[in-house]
Amino acid sequence: MSDYAALQIPGPTETALSAPFWQAAAEGKLLIQHCGACDRAVFYPRPLCPHCWADALAWRQASGQGRLASFSEVWKPGHPGWLPVAPFVVGLVGLDEGATMLSHILCSSAPKVGAAVRFRPTEAGGRRLPFFELIA
Amino acid sequence: MRHLTPRAVLAGIGELKPQRRTDGVTTMELLMRVSAEAMADGGISPDEIDGLLVAPQVGEAPQHVPATVAEYFGLQPSMSNMVDLGGASGPGMIWRAAAAIAAGQCETVLCVIGNHRNSPAPRSPNRNPAREFDTPFGASGANTSYALLMQAHMAAYGCKAADYAALAAGSRANAQLNEMAIFYGQPASVEEVLASPMVASPLHLLEIVMPVAGADAVIVTTEERAKAAPHPPVYLLGAGEKITHRVVSQAPDLTSGPLKPSIARALQQAGQSAADMDLLSLYDCYTIMLAATIEDAGLCAPGKFGAWLRDNGGMGPQARQPINTHGGQIGFGQPDLAGGMTHVVEAVRQIRGTAPNRQIRSCKSALVTGNGATMSEAVALVLGANP
Repeated sequence: MSDYAALQIPGPTETALSAPFWQAAAEGKLLIQHCGACDRAVFYPRPLCPHCWADALAWRQASGQGRLASFSEVWKPGHPGWLPVAPFVVGLVGLDEGATMLSHILCSSAPKVGAAVRFRPTEAGGRRLPFFELIA
Repeated sequence: MRHLTPRAVLAGIGELKPQRRTDGVTTMELLMRVSAEAMADGGISPDEIDGLLVAPQVGEAPQHVPATVAEYFGLQPSMSNMVDLGGASGPGMIWRAAAAIAAGQCETVLCVIGNHRNSPAPRSPNRNPAREFDTPFGASGANTSYALLMQAHMAAYGCKAADYAALAAGSRANAQLNEMAIFYGQPASVEEVLASPMVASPLHLLEIVMPVAGADAVIVTTEERAKAAPHPPVYLLGAGEKITHRVVSQAPDLTSGPLKPSIARALQQAGQSAADMDLLSLYDCYTIMLAATIEDAGLCAPGKFGAWLRDNGGMGPQARQPINTHGGQIGFGQPDLAGGMTHVVEAVRQIRGTAPNRQIRSCKSALVTGNGATMSEAVALVLGANP
């Protein structure tokens, strides 16, 4: 996976609100917001819970386990910076906590909808990003 | 909820021929030309236009868009607004025009939409959740979003790649009847669609719209004023709209979208059913969008669009229910946000009985859909020959 480190790709447009998510990823951890009022996981980061509108969101370390709700093998990337590693797989990861996030999926075999994946922080384009990997 | 559809007529239409490059032409020029065409078509003079609806992608004017367009056109409308619903913007203009007329704020509304295509296209300056939480992982642009929707649809129902490809082949076949279409003279078989390069699995290149420059305009006015128009009136009979999300990871459902309730509402207002429609003019940025819409319209059970299409006899003017007789955007080209309006313009032509080379034998009604973002912004309209 050393190819990824040299990529020249657009990084996240981090905000003060989302900084804990990206900083945790840089440290190899997956942090997801959790609502203390309705007990639901929230992704992407919000100031208030989008499910119940309570002002009760707190960061929690996620298990990093999930399943592919869908995936695509990308042959023609939307951004040219990704060309050196194409084709690659992106997927919708249904986290065990209940929220869904899009991520890059490292695959050593053919992915399938419903397949198990786990958190795999990866050096890409000069930063450590919250990628996932297919559990073979 | 009470269902009240304001009575209004689509009295004038205009459409520019799609172009791959526009070499310095501005959006404003395109919009003015297509508006003149719609006024001439409807027998409506500029001084009769007292309402103006525009879309956001006027490259020259990121803000104050209605005023910029009105000034450029020499209009002083008493109602104007920008409709920002991606590919649903065009259809979204139609019912808003009817509503503004019903509210007594104006009588004749120009709905105009289009974009130039000068290179290089500027990259989006967005700093929104799509940019922050999709792009860094290698998923930028609509292709990956619709590929994810299609993969989920295939996995849920076991649909075959050839079923989706048949929608692209059918669209290309219809484009052979439309000299304006970007793929006029270039049919494509199911085998050719499946042999085209994989862009983002399971989407092949020929299942994806070709971006083009272009513009469309529709003039909406009162029944009374439409009596003076040279063409038979086309009535707005029902409308439905629903927005569920923006980025694909937040979709409440990957295999069915907000068009489902939108279509249901539009049909309920019109007192008709999807199976009654003489024309299906359905938004088709990708084959999966058309497949999901056929299913969301209730024309067949989820996952059964392939068999339904075969029973329907394909998509052409002779099919049981013709679909996208102008070629759809897959065959016609996608003139940016105006892509959704091409489905309105074709429905008006068919209901008038003036579709060149491809007129449906009897077209008294049409279901028109628009779709934006990631199968997340939806507008459905029912248009008809009779009030």
